[in-house]
Amino acid sequence: MPAESILLRFMEGEGTADLEAYLRAGGYAAARHALTALTPEEVIDIVDQSGLRGKGGAGFPTARKWRFIPKGAPLKYVVVNGDEAEPCTFKDHMLLERAPHLLLEGIIIAAYAVGAHKAYVYVRREGYLARERLRQAVAAAYARGFLGRKIFGTGMDLEVVVHSGAGAYIAGEETALLESLEGRRAMPRQRPPFPAVFGLYGKPTVVNNVETLSHLPAVIRLGAEAYRALGPPALFSVSGHVRHPGVYELPLGIPMRQVIAAAGGLRPGRRFKAAFPGGSSSALLTAEHLDVPMDYEPLRAAGSMLGSASLIVMDDTTCIVRVAARAVAFYKEESCGKCTPCREGTYWLSQIFDRILAGGGRIEDLELLAHISRGMSNGACFCLLGESVPPGLEASLRHFRHEYEYHIRTGRCDVEETLAAAVASGA
Amino acid sequence: MAPLLEAARDEIRRLPTYYERRQSALLPALFVAQRELGWLPPQALQEVADLLDLPVSDVAAVASFYRFFFLEPPGRHLILLCTNLACLLNGAEGLRRHLEERLGVRPGQTTPDRAFTFRESECLAACHLAPMMMVDRERFGPLTPQAVDELLERYRAR
Repeated sequence: MPAESILLRFMEGEGTADLEAYLRAGGYAAARHALTALTPEEVIDIVDQSGLRGKGGAGFPTARKWRFIPKGAPLKYVVVNGDEAEPCTFKDHMLLERAPHLLLEGIIIAAYAVGAHKAYVYVRREGYLARERLRQAVAAAYARGFLGRKIFGTGMDLEVVVHSGAGAYIAGEETALLESLEGRRAMPRQRPPFPAVFGLYGKPTVVNNVETLSHLPAVIRLGAEAYRALGPPALFSVSGHVRHPGVYELPLGIPMRQVIAAAGGLRPGRRFKAAFPGGSSSALLTAEHLDVPMDYEPLRAAGSMLGSASLIVMDDTTCIVRVAARAVAFYKEESCGKCTPCREGTYWLSQIFDRILAGGGRIEDLELLAHISRGMSNGACFCLLGESVPPGLEASLRHFRHEYEYHIRTGRCDVEETLAAAVASGA
Repeated sequence: MAPLLEAARDEIRRLPTYYERRQSALLPALFVAQRELGWLPPQALQEVADLLDLPVSDVAAVASFYRFFFLEPPGRHLILLCTNLACLLNGAEGLRRHLEERLGVRPGQTTPDRAFTFRESECLAACHLAPMMMVDRERFGPLTPQAVDELLERYRAR
């Protein structure tokens, strides 16, 4: 944890879902300050200088997204993306469950900055506890005058509505989320126009992730420079083969090795094999990358991406073919069916993986996997869901081709056999 | 014949006030109907369509897209076993086989006694609990076969 945690301290122990607890921790002072002492333009400038970038996966600079909102528009919306369904990402749910007022305070700041008076928070269906805590927090904030008419005694009105998803990963894509919020199938829209110009109900709309907005109180409270000096900080979801999987607040740029150490390190006697640094949509990395800084540019240079900062750690007991197959199966299940490369590509890939894992693979299947994968790359798919398949798949083929070949040649898994042999020899 | 009670009908009629356009109330309205009836039979789709003044084809298109709208009656409890990466790496496949054996059904099916509908799930955003599952609205993990058995017993009695 950095010298001063900006998010985790609101989440630890009992958390701050209770309004009194949040106020005791200094809650709502930043929003009050923004609304009473800063102009919207000043707020945007501070956020710009803070370097805050979207935490949902794309990493787009938050202030720049806000500046796309046309100033004179009479009606604008803030939409909060709490769909969080990217595999092995669980920070937003933890924020919603343990520190929902942090999000509400962030919404107030964002709405003030762009001139919106209505915000919708879209939470995936399975987030029952998250939604319950958030609804209680919204009610408490209304009762205190932090939401509703003339908040903090200023001229600012703000309504917040909590909305439930119904089960669809694609609803996390921002335009699909807007479709879902409008009561239709969650299928992505053509971009441009971007939501900042043509968003919810065709009105200018800021779509921000839960964690992104939850950073805003600290950005305002500390100021851009002090906030940046903390890393800037980010929530890392660490899962897989670590001793203490969980959500950790660490400075961006920390080496992957240290993120693993923060989560208790690997299990006794096990060796590091590979990791996805940013969820299953990121290209997996191997031991030679253990010192890569967990930040946007260094990970891009390493051929992967930070994404939602979800580090999935795999030790030497992992069958990479099985992992790649499961990742592809996910995208097949969640493809909305709108565009052909994604709908058919994920289906074909899954069929190939099924036969390889069932012992019926052919050596030409490796070229076929790569070929289909190329056909889903470079803008071939309508949205990022389909485009998320090739990086992980191609990295697995590049780094672990021998595992695929062993499966195909023998119909068996060399990792499982090695483990079984080690157990048999008493190692 | 209206399958929904008047109170639920009123609840649905009030939903559009939260939104600029009334179709936004469709997902919440379907959840109200499903809460009342346990699932969404064709006449429920028609009734929601009538209450929100939407074409029933739009309602059916939406209800069939999302996985938490039940177009057939589910069991009393919904088991969602996560088998995505963090859970896979921590033994979810063994738990899936264990559940299949204990329940006597495959993922996607309902037990003959209607106690459980069993689904394999994508990531449920609770990877610190891996391997984990949800039963109805509760999360459980890290799971062992024994813990699964205890949960099945507890929920079967409800």
